[in-house]
Amino acid sequence: MSTLLEVSGVSVSFDGFRAINNLSIQIAEPEMRAVIGPNGAGKTTFMDIVTGKTRPDEGRITWGDRSISLIGMNESQIAQEGIGRKFQKPTVFEAQTVRENIVMALKNPRGPFDLLFKRRMSGLEDRVRGISDEIGLTDALDQTSGALSHGQKQWLEIGMLLAQDPRLLLVDEPAAGMTPAEREHTTDLLVRAAKTRAVVVVEHDMEFVRRLNCKVTCLHQGSVLAEGSLDHVTKNQDVIDVYLGR
Amino acid sequence: MNNSFISRNPSVMWFLLCLAVFTFAVTLLSEASGATFISTSFLKTLGKTLCLCLVAVAMDVVWGYCGILSLGHFAFFGIGGYAIGMWLMYERTREIVETSMSANVLPPTPDEITTAIGSQIFGVVGGSEFPAIWAFSHSLTLQLLAVVLVPGLLALVFGWLAFRSRVTGVYLSILTQAMTLALSLYFFQNDTGLRGNNGLSGLQNIPGLSDVSQATLSLWFFWASAVALGLGYVLFAWITAGKLGSVIRAVRDNEARVRFLGYHVESYKLFVFTITAMVAGIAGALYYPQAGIINPAEITPIASIYLAVWVAIGGRGRLYGAVLGAAAVSLMSSWFTGGSAQDINLGFYVVKWTDWWLVLLGATFVAVTLFFPKGIGGLFDLLPRKKGENA
Repeated sequence: MSTLLEVSGVSVSFDGFRAINNLSIQIAEPEMRAVIGPNGAGKTTFMDIVTGKTRPDEGRITWGDRSISLIGMNESQIAQEGIGRKFQKPTVFEAQTVRENIVMALKNPRGPFDLLFKRRMSGLEDRVRGISDEIGLTDALDQTSGALSHGQKQWLEIGMLLAQDPRLLLVDEPAAGMTPAEREHTTDLLVRAAKTRAVVVVEHDMEFVRRLNCKVTCLHQGSVLAEGSLDHVTKNQDVIDVYLGR
Repeated sequence: MNNSFISRNPSVMWFLLCLAVFTFAVTLLSEASGATFISTSFLKTLGKTLCLCLVAVAMDVVWGYCGILSLGHFAFFGIGGYAIGMWLMYERTREIVETSMSANVLPPTPDEITTAIGSQIFGVVGGSEFPAIWAFSHSLTLQLLAVVLVPGLLALVFGWLAFRSRVTGVYLSILTQAMTLALSLYFFQNDTGLRGNNGLSGLQNIPGLSDVSQATLSLWFFWASAVALGLGYVLFAWITAGKLGSVIRAVRDNEARVRFLGYHVESYKLFVFTITAMVAGIAGALYYPQAGIINPAEITPIASIYLAVWVAIGGRGRLYGAVLGAAAVSLMSSWFTGGSAQDINLGFYVVKWTDWWLVLLGATFVAVTLFFPKGIGGLFDLLPRKKGENA
C-alpha cells in the first residue's frame, strides 16, 4: 500500500466563507475510504478540489508515484491522470444508449482526431460487455439511458467510472434513492473495485458506511474532525457533538 | 469502411439518392437542355438554395449536435463569397480592360493596365489604388484557399478565445453576434477596400467563359452546388456518427460531465466550430456567383439569425432536417417576397406579402418551437419503420 493522493493544508473560501479549512487527507492505493460529515462540512467541495473543478486558495495536492501536483491542471487532464468521479445526482447522457455511454467512458485516446480516424479499437465489444455484466445492464445495452430506472442510472454511472479505469474513484452518495437490494449490489461493486484501486465514498447513510467496512474520515467545517474505524469515529465525543448537537 | 458507414446510416444513402434524382430532374427540365419548364433565373434560385442547404447543415452540426448557437455562420458564408468575388471581379475587369486597351496605338504598360483595372473597380468609392486586401486577387488558387482558410482561421481564433474562457449558452450567442456585427460594419467601410456598401458585383460573369451562355453556366453552378451539398452532407454525417458524434452530443447535453470523463471539451467545440465555418465559406463561394452580387448587408447578424430559424424549423439534430428547413423556408421566402404571392385584400386592409411574410415566418418559428420542437424533420419519426432500423 502506497500513498496515491495526498491533500495537505488545503483551504478554499467562497465570498469569505471558508468551505475548506486547512484540510489534509491521504488516500492509499488500494484503499476504501468513507468520508462522512454533516451538511456543509465540505465533502463535495473536497471532491471539486481534487477533480480540478475548484482551485484551492492554498495548500498542496500531490498525486501518484511521481508526486505530481494536481493544482493548475484542468478537469480533463486530471481525469486522464486517473481520477474518476461520480456525481450525487446520476448524470448519464440520457439521449444516448447505454452502450454509447460506456464506450465514451472507456479508457482510449481522447482527442477529436483520434476518434475520427481511429475508429476500430481493439476488443471494444469485449470491454463494453465486461462492464455491462459487472453493473447488470447487458440486456439494456441498446436502450436509451434516459429510460433506465434511478438505480440503474446510478449503476451505469459507476460502470462508466470503471470503464475509465481510474486509479482513484470519487463517489458521491452512491446509494441515494436506492432500494435495499440495489444498495447491496452497489456495496458489492464498490468493495470489488477497491481491491485494485482507491475508492473514496462520500455518504450520509451510516448503515451503508458500516457495510463498506473501511476507514472513515469525518469532516466538519472544512477540516478533518476524526479519522479511523467507524466505531472509533462514532464514539468520538466531537463527532457526537457535531452530529447530535445541532 | 465506407460501406459499413453507409449501411449504418441509411438516411445518408436516401438523402444522396433524393439529391441525385432532384439534380437529374432539374437538369432535364432546364433551359440548357432545351426545355422551358425551369427558367435560368429559377435554376439559379435552385442552385442558391442548395448552397443555403449546405450552410444550414453546417449550422445544424454546430448548433443541433454540439449545442453552440452560433450567430456567425452566415458571416463565414459571406466571407467565402467575398473571397471568390474578388478574383471574379478582378479577372473579369482585367479581361475587359485589356481588350479595350489593345485597340490603342501604343501597347499599354502593366502599370497603366493595373491603374485602369483599379479605377474600374474602385471608381465607385472614389479610388483607383488596389488596397492591400486585394493582394492575391489575381490568383484563383489563392482566393480559393482564402474561401476555406479565412473563415477557418477566424473561427479558430474566435472560438479559441471564447471557448477557453468557458463562455457558453446565450452569452456565447451574443458574442458570436457581436463578431458578426463587427465584421459587417468593417465590410461596410470604404476604407476596408471591398467597395463599401456597393459590395462586389458582376459575379455571374465567369472570366474565360464569356462564350458560355448564362443558361449553361447556371446549370454548371447548380451541379457544383449539388455536389458540394452531397459531399458536405456525407462529411458531416461521418463526423456526427460513431464515437466522435457521441462525444459531440454529450458536450451539448452536459459539458461538465464530459470534462470529468477526461475529454478536453474546448478542443471538440473548436473542431466543430472551425470545420463548419470552413464549409460555410465553401457554400458562400458557390452561392454568390449565382447571385451575381454580394454586399455587406448580406452578412449582417439578421442573416445568421435566419439561418438558425431555418434549422429550427427543419429540425435540429438531424442533418436532413436542416436541408428541408433551409430549402422550404428560403424558397417560400423568395416566393412571398418575389411578387408571386397574391396580396390579400381584406377590404379595410391589404395584406402585402412582402411585408407580412416576415410576420408569418416569425409566427411559424414560434409555433414550431412551442409545438413541434423536432421540426419538419420530426415528421419522419411518424413513418412506420422496420424493426431494428435506427435513424
